[in-house]
Amino acid sequence: MKKITAYFVLLILLVGSFSVVVSAQSNNDVLIKNASVLTAARGTLENTDILIQNGKITRIGKGITAPAGARVIDATGKFVTPGIIDAHSHSMLDAINEGSFSVTSMVRTRDMLNPTDIEIYRALAGGVTGALLLHGSANSIGGQSTTVKFKWGHPVEDYPIADAPPGIKFAMGENVRQTTFSPPPGTPLRYPRTRQGVIETMRDAFIRARDYKQAWDDFKSGKTKVQPRTDLELKPIVEILEGKRLVHAHGYRADEHLNLMLLADEFGFRVATLQHGLETYKIAPEIAKRGTGASIFTDFWGFKLESYDAIPYTAYILWKNGVNVSINSDDGGRMRRLNLDAAKVQKYGGVPEQDALQMITLNPAKQLGIDKRTGSIEVGKDGDVVIWNAHPFSVYSRVDTTIIEGVTYFDRAVDAKMRMDVAKERETLEKLDINKAPGTGGGPPSRPAERRRGDRDDADNGDGGNN
Amino acid sequence: MNSQRTMHNAKLFLILVLSVIIGGQFSLVSAQNDGSQQNQTGRAGTFAIVGARIVTVSGATIENGTIVIQNGKIAAIGANVSVPAGAEKIDGKGMSVYPGMIDAGTNMGLAEITLAVNGSVDLTEVGTMNANTKAIKGINPHSAHINVTRVNGITSVLSAPAGGLMAGQAAIINLNGSTPDEMAVVREYALVINFPRIATGGGFGGGGFGGGAQPVDFNEAVKRRDTQVEELKKIFKSTTTYMRAKDAYAKDKTLPYPATDQKLEAFEPFMKGEKPIIFTAERERDIRGVAKFVSEMKVKGIIMGGQEAWKAADDLKKNNIPVIYTNVYSLPVRDDDDYDYLFTAPSKMAAAGLKFCISTGDTGPMVRDLPYHAGIAGAFGLSKEDALKSVTLYSAEILGLADKMGSLDVGKVANVVVADGDLLEARTNIKYMFINGRMIPLTSRHTELFDSFKDRK
Repeated sequence: MKKITAYFVLLILLVGSFSVVVSAQSNNDVLIKNASVLTAARGTLENTDILIQNGKITRIGKGITAPAGARVIDATGKFVTPGIIDAHSHSMLDAINEGSFSVTSMVRTRDMLNPTDIEIYRALAGGVTGALLLHGSANSIGGQSTTVKFKWGHPVEDYPIADAPPGIKFAMGENVRQTTFSPPPGTPLRYPRTRQGVIETMRDAFIRARDYKQAWDDFKSGKTKVQPRTDLELKPIVEILEGKRLVHAHGYRADEHLNLMLLADEFGFRVATLQHGLETYKIAPEIAKRGTGASIFTDFWGFKLESYDAIPYTAYILWKNGVNVSINSDDGGRMRRLNLDAAKVQKYGGVPEQDALQMITLNPAKQLGIDKRTGSIEVGKDGDVVIWNAHPFSVYSRVDTTIIEGVTYFDRAVDAKMRMDVAKERETLEKLDINKAPGTGGGPPSRPAERRRGDRDDADNGDGGNN
Repeated sequence: MNSQRTMHNAKLFLILVLSVIIGGQFSLVSAQNDGSQQNQTGRAGTFAIVGARIVTVSGATIENGTIVIQNGKIAAIGANVSVPAGAEKIDGKGMSVYPGMIDAGTNMGLAEITLAVNGSVDLTEVGTMNANTKAIKGINPHSAHINVTRVNGITSVLSAPAGGLMAGQAAIINLNGSTPDEMAVVREYALVINFPRIATGGGFGGGGFGGGAQPVDFNEAVKRRDTQVEELKKIFKSTTTYMRAKDAYAKDKTLPYPATDQKLEAFEPFMKGEKPIIFTAERERDIRGVAKFVSEMKVKGIIMGGQEAWKAADDLKKNNIPVIYTNVYSLPVRDDDDYDYLFTAPSKMAAAGLKFCISTGDTGPMVRDLPYHAGIAGAFGLSKEDALKSVTLYSAEILGLADKMGSLDVGKVANVVVADGDLLEARTNIKYMFINGRMIPLTSRHTELFDSFKDRK
C-alpha cells in the first residue's frame, strides 16, 4: 500500500511539473517569430510570425511586435504547422467495446475518458493536438464518440471540444462478424455473423429509430397524448436521421462501405467518414458523389484478409476524385508519426505538399465539423500549432513545441528538464525502505502501472490496435 | 440401359464443365492473391549508372560518379570509371546510388495474413524445442510481401520462425527468386531462442494475451525464469551426451549404434558456437540474462529486440553480442518512460560502442518501412551516417555478410538501389534496383491494384 502511495507521489510530481509548463506565461499570448509556416490553407509563408492571443490566432505576418506579457518563441530555421488531428483514436479510453450486443448506440466514450493516459503526452510529442475518440469495431453500431483536444494536465471536462458535432461509431466486416477470434467453447454465436447480416442489423436499427421518431413526432404534434418511453439506444440514431450526429463507419471492403452509403441514401442521411476504408480507392466516384469523407491509413495493409487489397495509393485516388481524405492512426504508436504518413501520401501518387498536410490537419477538422476553429493556421482560428525542428515531412524532423489555444502542452526543452527532476525523484523514492529490492530489506519493488491494454479492441474484439 | 448411359455421360460432362469452371476460378484467384508479378525476377545484364551521387556507405560518398554492375557483382565504382562496351547506360543525374537495405529481423514469407487466416501462417511450430525446423522450408517465394518490400529499396532480409523456446532456424534471403533456393543467401543462418523472461505479468511481453494476466510476484517470476533456463541448459547437456555417444561409436564399432536424433543433431553447430543463436530479449535484466547464458554456454549470441540493450552494453560487449534492434516504432512499455525512450535507444547503443543494426521486426507487410525506422533514430540522436549504416552495413556485419553486401564496393554482390533523394526519407522514390545484378521491375501487388483502379470513373 505504501509503495502504491510512493508511486502516486511520483505521479503527482510528474503532473505537477507539467503544470509548470502551463503556468510559465503570465497570460496565454504567444508570439512565434520568423518561422516557415505551413498554413495548410494558404501555402507556406517564409520568415513569418504568428501571434496567438487569448487562445486565438490574431495575426500572421512579418515583424509583429510582441504585446506585453506574451511569450516570444524564436522559431528561426524552424517549421510551424497546424496541430495534427487524428480522426481515429482509442487513446484515453478505459474501455473500448461494449461487446454484448451488436447495437450499443447508447454507450458513450465520454463516460470513460482517462485524462492521465500517457498516450496523450506521447501524441502531443508527435504534434497531435486533437482527436476523434471512437469505440472499437466489435459492434455494428458501437457507441457515441468524443472529439477532444489533448489538454494534458487538465481535468477531463476540459478535453471535449464543446461545439464539435456529436458522432457515432459504426463498424462492418470481420470484427463485427467476430470471425477474427474463436469464441470460448459453448458460447453461442452472436448475430450478425455475415456481411449481409451486418447491414440488416443496421437497417433494423434505422427502422426502429424511424418508428421511434414518428412516435415522438405524433406526441409533440398532439396526435397522441401518450408520451413514448425514452429509448437511449434509439435517440442517437434519430439524431443521425435528423443530420445532427456524424456517422464514422469502420470497414475495409469497398462493397460493404458502398452498402452502408446505399443504406444512408435509403434513410436520407450522409455518412461523415468511412474509417479505414482501405478499399475506398475501388469506389472513389461513389464516395465523392455523396460528399462522404474517408479516413484511412496511408500504407498499413495485410494484417487481416479484408486489408489484403489495401494499397498506399488510396489517398491519391480519393484526392483525385475530390474526396475529403484524412490520415488517421487508430494506434498510440502510429499517432506519433502521422507527419510521416502524410509525407508518404506525396510519395505514392504525388499529391501536392499542402494537400498532403491537409490530410492530417484541415481535412480531419472538416470531417469532425471543427474546421471553423482549428485545422489550419489562419487568423481567427484557435492557436493550435506545432513547431518542428525540420520540415515535418522529413524523417529527421522532431517536434520542439506543441501548443493548443496558446498554451504549451509539450516542449522538448521542458521535457528534458523534467526528466532530470523525475530521475532525482526516482532516486529518492528508490532509497526508501519500502522500495528496496528483494533480499535487501524491503519487499518486491512496485511495478509501475502498465498501459491498460486489457480492453483494447484488437485484443478481443478488433480494431483499436491497428486492425 | 442406353438412357442410363446417356445420363451417366451427361453427368460426367457436367462434372467436367464444372471442374473447368471452378479450376479456372481458382487459378484466377491464386493469380490475384499471389500477384501475377511474382515471377518477374528481373533481367541480368551489364549496367552502368552514370553521373550519380554514389553513397558507398563503407567509404566516402562520390558526388558524381559511375557504378558498373556485371555478372551479378559490382564491377567498378568511381568518379572516372569507363563504361564497358555493351553495358546498358542509366543516367544517374539527380540520383543517389545506395547499397540495398537489409532487414535482419523479419518473418518474411512465413505468414501472408497473420490474423484469422491460419492457412497462410507458418510462423510457429508446436513444441518448445525445434532446433531442426528451418524457415527456408516455410518461406513462400511468391508472397506478395516480397515485391512490396523490395520496391522500397530493401534487397535482403533475415526471416525467422517464432514461438516456443527454440523456435527454429532463421534464413537470410534476397528478395528475388522463384524458389527458396534461388532466394537464399544463407539457408540456415541462426537458431532463434526466445530467451526466458522474468515475467511479472505486464509489459515487455510478460503479460500474455491482451496484457490481462495476473501479476506475478517478482521472486516467483525469477524462479520461473530460472526453471526455463535450466530446461534450455538440459538441451545442451543432451546434445553433449549425444555427441559423445556418436564419437565413442565412431572409435569403437562394438558399441551400440546411437539412434539418430535430428533435433539434437541440428542443435550441434549452434551449441558449439559455429553458428550464431539469436536470443529475443527486450528488458535490461533479461538481456543481461542472455549475456550470462552466452558466456556460460560459450555460444555465439545475437540479441533481437533489444529495447534496453544500451543499459547492458558492458555485458554485451564483453561477450561480443550484437543487437538487432526492432523497436523504433514500438511504444515505450512503462508509463513513466521518456516519450522518446525507444527512438533514442539506437543513439545510446552507438554511444555505448555496441554493435547494432535497426530492423522493423515486422512479419512481412510493413518491412518496407525499414528506412523510416532508421530515419527516426536519426532524428533522435543517431548520426545520419550511422542511421544509414544501421540498415545496410551494420546489418550485413551482424549477419556475417559484410564481405558480400551492405556497402557499395567492387566485388560485392550487386544489391544496388537508385533513389531520387535521401534513402531514408519518406518522400524518396526508388527509381531502379538490382538484386544479384538483375534489374528488378518496380512493380508489386500494390502497383498492379493501383493500375487496375486509378482511372475508374
